[in-house]
Amino acid sequence: MTDTINQPGARSLRLGVAGPVGTGKSSVIAAICRNLRDEFQLGVITNDIYTDEDARFLKSAGVLPEERIRAVETGSCPHTAIRDDVTMNLIAVEDMERDFAPLDIVLVESGGDNLTATFSPALVDAQLFVLDVAGGGDVARKGGPGISGADLLVINKIDLGEHVDVDVDRMVAEAQEARNGGPVLALSRKRPETVEKLCDWVRQMQRTYAAGGHIPKDPGPMAPHHHAHDDDHRHGHGHGHGHSHD
Amino acid sequence: MSGSLHPDTAVKSTGAMFAHAVLACALSHDGRKSVVSTLRSDGPLVLRQCNPKGPEPLIHKRRDIARASLAAGTAGPIGGDRYALDVHVGAGSTLVLNEVSAMLVLPGVGGGQSRMSITITVEAGATFVWWAEPIIAAHRCNHRHDVRIALADDARLVLREEMLLGRHGETPGDFTSRLRITRGGSALYDQQLGFGPSAAGWNSAAVLGGRRAVGSIIAVEPDWVQTPPAALPYDTHAALTPLAGPGVAIGAVARDSLDLRRLLTQGLNTLGPPWAI
Amino acid sequence: MGQQAALLLLADGRLPAGGYAHSGGLEPAVRAGRVTDMAGLEAFLIGRAATAGLIAAAFAAVACQRMARGDLTDLDALETELDARIPSPELRKVSRDLGRQLRRAMQAIHPHGIYAKLGPAPHQPIVMGVAAAVLGLDPHRAALAILHENNAGAAAAAAKVMRVDPFDVHAILARMTAQLDHLARSAAQAADGPLADLPAPGAPLSDIAAEHHRRSDVRLFAS
Repeated sequence: MTDTINQPGARSLRLGVAGPVGTGKSSVIAAICRNLRDEFQLGVITNDIYTDEDARFLKSAGVLPEERIRAVETGSCPHTAIRDDVTMNLIAVEDMERDFAPLDIVLVESGGDNLTATFSPALVDAQLFVLDVAGGGDVARKGGPGISGADLLVINKIDLGEHVDVDVDRMVAEAQEARNGGPVLALSRKRPETVEKLCDWVRQMQRTYAAGGHIPKDPGPMAPHHHAHDDDHRHGHGHGHGHSHD
Repeated sequence: MSGSLHPDTAVKSTGAMFAHAVLACALSHDGRKSVVSTLRSDGPLVLRQCNPKGPEPLIHKRRDIARASLAAGTAGPIGGDRYALDVHVGAGSTLVLNEVSAMLVLPGVGGGQSRMSITITVEAGATFVWWAEPIIAAHRCNHRHDVRIALADDARLVLREEMLLGRHGETPGDFTSRLRITRGGSALYDQQLGFGPSAAGWNSAAVLGGRRAVGSIIAVEPDWVQTPPAALPYDTHAALTPLAGPGVAIGAVARDSLDLRRLLTQGLNTLGPPWAI
Repeated sequence: MGQQAALLLLADGRLPAGGYAHSGGLEPAVRAGRVTDMAGLEAFLIGRAATAGLIAAAFAAVACQRMARGDLTDLDALETELDARIPSPELRKVSRDLGRQLRRAMQAIHPHGIYAKLGPAPHQPIVMGVAAAVLGLDPHRAALAILHENNAGAAAAAAKVMRVDPFDVHAILARMTAQLDHLARSAAQAADGPLADLPAPGAPLSDIAAEHHRRSDVRLFAS
């Protein structure tokens, strides 16, 4: 038994789910699992900043058997774990694929970070980027590699739009513009038809991937990014990965 | 086995002591009890058969086993001394070794290193219980303690080791202690502890954290190959940890000897019978 | 391969092998209130290097030497000897997790048939030693690589779990260079002797703290 380097086609579709803290990545994954678990063999890897909170959430939600949900601890560097140094996640995905072979889809949830963290194509075949309306209607317009380059942009919690003064249609239109017409999905777990659209997208992606017709693409290198704790100040920060300073 | 010394008993002109004591036990001819077959004291290392001394794990004052105690006949070891003790527990027999009092390790007049080498062999189906008293590393001592235990695959062992960093209110001299246990010839447990002015970082948060007493209980039970006890950090300064083989190490770092004894006993008792005392 | 540059490659914290997720026991030591200031941090790093660091260095040196000789027959015994020197099951697991990750990374970066033969989850120092030999490094440099990587990794974690000036943290690393050189030489020497005599300096509080950390509900680092 060794850690092999799998070739595409011989393994599951590896689907990344990224996005800022609190936008609903875990609930998007829960929805996918709940609705697709009878059609596909699924596994989930969560990445957490503190301990294994997200894995516990998904386990308690009962969307998959517990052993198919595993946590990777990222040492407070969630973006490093999906981008610069994917080894831990890669091994977690490969272990999952080996332990439950054959799996159709492994979902990898990034630790909630910021607008610039995207998955390396070395780790996932396709990725969702999740925003929510509560984060502000102008977030999509601001762009960034996740928003502009992910295979699918999800704008979540659209049922809250009226409560937070966000025009959902406009936000979706602006997101489409930022993505040069790439797919944008307005989602609310309270509107089953939107969840069904999400599942259709995943089905389509899995079919394309299994047929060898999907080439993983990179949303693009990280732009200078800012953290929640320093609102205006753009900077590179000290993990040694090579994004530019201002 | 490396580390064993077999010096002739002698008192050199420097005043240093060389001593080599031997203890062995075997199953009696009828197979019903264990008997001490060799009891060779030497100089300051005085071995005597004895009765149960306080609570003991695993054996619980049974009368059909062999029991001996080790008494240091003089103060020491002191710098320059070379002590050796060989213990042999014959197939199927059970031996308890305890100690009369704590061992105080002192500096010698000439400032040389004192050494104590203990070599223990526990044969097939045998059980060895070593319920030692603390070793106290006095100020300016320079001591090397070396214990090598070779267990047969189905031998049992429980031992306690306690080290105190100086007598009351003093800082310890240089002290290193190594305890290596093999089982069926393969390494099971191998830990060295070093402290004193010549050692680096021992008083740090990574090693002893400024505390003055450190010790462990090691228990080896062949049946644990199937179901080892679970790890249990039962105190901020103590944990029970299952080894990679069928044994556990209960480690504690304490304020003083009483605190250490309390923590180690607490850890042992989490194993339940027959280990608890 | 150029020896000096290959050493830097292997010792670099940016080598994508997952080391960034570990604090080398610093986070648990800080949370337990045992490291509170820079002096405590320096003592911690020195104590850790002299114990777990020396063990890792010696085992990396042995693995490197055996690989260079093309004789890995005592690899299983080496794993067993290392297990015997790590009482905490949590720390044994961390060492094996990091070993798997390093193996996974090196197999992708600079492939070699030996990596597939190291067993399901080899210890990190053993993979490091083998990787060093594959890169043409000698046992002394293998020891140096793991000493530096482990030490710098724990030091880097200080910025996240303590209130520290990062310059002060690196000042500690600068002061420790002579100690690491000394430990690496000892480790390389030990590699020439029997496995049973390899260094075994224990660190009781590190073992105890690692077991507490695994059970802690809120932690930044995996270890």
